[in-house]
Amino acid sequence: MEAKTDTGAQHHHHHHHHDDDAGHVHAHPLQGDMAEGPRRPSREELSHIQGWGADLDRKNRPAVPMERMPARFIHPHEGKLPQQPENVEVLVSTERPGITPIFGTAQPPKGLSGMMRRVAFRWAENDLRHWLLLLAADRVNVVEGIGEDLAHGKVPNVLAEMGIKAEWEHNRAGLVKKAVLAGAVVGTAVYLMRRRER
Amino acid sequence: MLAMNYRGPYRVRADYKPDPVIEHPGDAIVRVLRSCICGSDLHLYHGMVPDTRVGHTFGHEFIGEVVDVGRDVQTLKAGDRVLVPFNLFCGSCFFCQRELYGNCHNTNPQATAVGGIYGYSHTAGGYDGGQAEYVRVPMADVGPYPIPDDLHLDDAVLLTDALPTGYQAAEMGDIKEGDTVVVFGAGPVGIFAAKSAWLMGAGRVIVVDEVEYRLEFVKRYAQCEIVNFREVNDMAEHIKKMTDWMGADVCIDAVGGDAAGSIAQTLTGRLMKVQAGASTVLHWAINSVRKGGNVSIVGVYGPTFNAVPIGNALNKGITMRMNQASVKRHLPRLIEHIREGRLNPKEIITHRVPLEEVADAYHIFSSKLDNCIKTVLIPPSAREVQAVNASALH
Repeated sequence: MEAKTDTGAQHHHHHHHHDDDAGHVHAHPLQGDMAEGPRRPSREELSHIQGWGADLDRKNRPAVPMERMPARFIHPHEGKLPQQPENVEVLVSTERPGITPIFGTAQPPKGLSGMMRRVAFRWAENDLRHWLLLLAADRVNVVEGIGEDLAHGKVPNVLAEMGIKAEWEHNRAGLVKKAVLAGAVVGTAVYLMRRRER
Repeated sequence: MLAMNYRGPYRVRADYKPDPVIEHPGDAIVRVLRSCICGSDLHLYHGMVPDTRVGHTFGHEFIGEVVDVGRDVQTLKAGDRVLVPFNLFCGSCFFCQRELYGNCHNTNPQATAVGGIYGYSHTAGGYDGGQAEYVRVPMADVGPYPIPDDLHLDDAVLLTDALPTGYQAAEMGDIKEGDTVVVFGAGPVGIFAAKSAWLMGAGRVIVVDEVEYRLEFVKRYAQCEIVNFREVNDMAEHIKKMTDWMGADVCIDAVGGDAAGSIAQTLTGRLMKVQAGASTVLHWAINSVRKGGNVSIVGVYGPTFNAVPIGNALNKGITMRMNQASVKRHLPRLIEHIREGRLNPKEIITHRVPLEEVADAYHIFSSKLDNCIKTVLIPPSAREVQAVNASALH
């Protein structure tokens, strides 16, 4: 709430002498308006909320306390977990004693991006270089992916992969705007290059 | 088999790859019946998560039918229908013994900070995910949960991640009766966090987003107040005004690194990637919560670092709790809620898309087109199932 203070600054056109109207002093509202605490709606006010308070009692909240033993709802393996055989290259964090008993084997590292990933894994997770190199490898990997497609005789339909069909159906104006913008950028670039050639 | 295939930032397609095989005696192979696209998948899709390799199949929210099991599997057999929590967990390590199923130490060799997650890059273990016809499901006796006959398959698929994550977000907020809870993000997880806040006795639930159709949806579905942050002068100031200048008792981050709302954060976190995602919501949550209040984080951020006003958190004496949801510990209670009609997760599904159209499905969800809240992908091998269940579909 903006407290409007009418200081009644009346402007007489006496240009030559300034009396002591020292600018505009805004009085702030007093903090007496500060609430004792947040407003808490009554249970009656909340009675229309579907399921209200069903888990008010903490014993109904499955993750209270945060750590709970023994673990419920699972059927743990008896004895030591068998080790998954390592048939593909798996990179392992330096912050653990070795490979885990279970791991994913999708997309093993290969090519230049794979080399970069191997280097990244020399550094701990705690080291920023580990992550930055992995991100860089991801970008290299995108180029490798296009090369791989071409090698398989497949020209990747980048626009389809980006969902141009959905864009056309649901955001036509946006798509046209992007196309015009892209055309302008390309056109300008071509124009500048030609100018340089002359 | 047909599977979603990541080609690079903003580029995905459906094509063919070899069927998964049993690689460990505790494995099962599951034929996917339903698979969702999750807001967390968008972080991968936008190229924000390190070690997301070309050719990777995403998808950590899926249900299916067991088609094969390894020699150690005792509790599952071919033909069983299971919902598969998004966490890969062993059930035996120090953390699993304490029900921290989202923090298993035996399923992800590549990083110790995060457990194994299906189809979530090599930083989360290098497992291909469920946006495919078949998936390898390790530790089949431990992770999967048989789908009860009376549970709709659409409810089941939302129990793999979105609903438990929203519920745990509210739980970690340690809500007391009458509390004012602010949820940042009106996506599926934010919607379920808002619903769950009421279950835990909140007095007010306020959901913040920028997309009008999402706000309208959550207002109706979760009976909450809404704020469009594009229409307020300053987020923290606005929440203070709404709460008699106190601040909220509990703030929940259901967005993560893809947050909009701050030019500087978007530039550094989403475009330049010098932060592990935009920390706009963390900023708002810490600055909007009351002194001594709680901040609960389930939005996903990358592994490097974020610009977070930790000094304010310290000065205000805030308690912050955060985790990947340990899905399995929540399932029995959440299924009770669904049976009692207190929760109705399947109502948030707005899109059913054949797996072949995965590229358009990602684009629609990522760009928030066509009033999309939640998308379910149906693989071709599950179509006959769909025909059988046609009566239950909208």
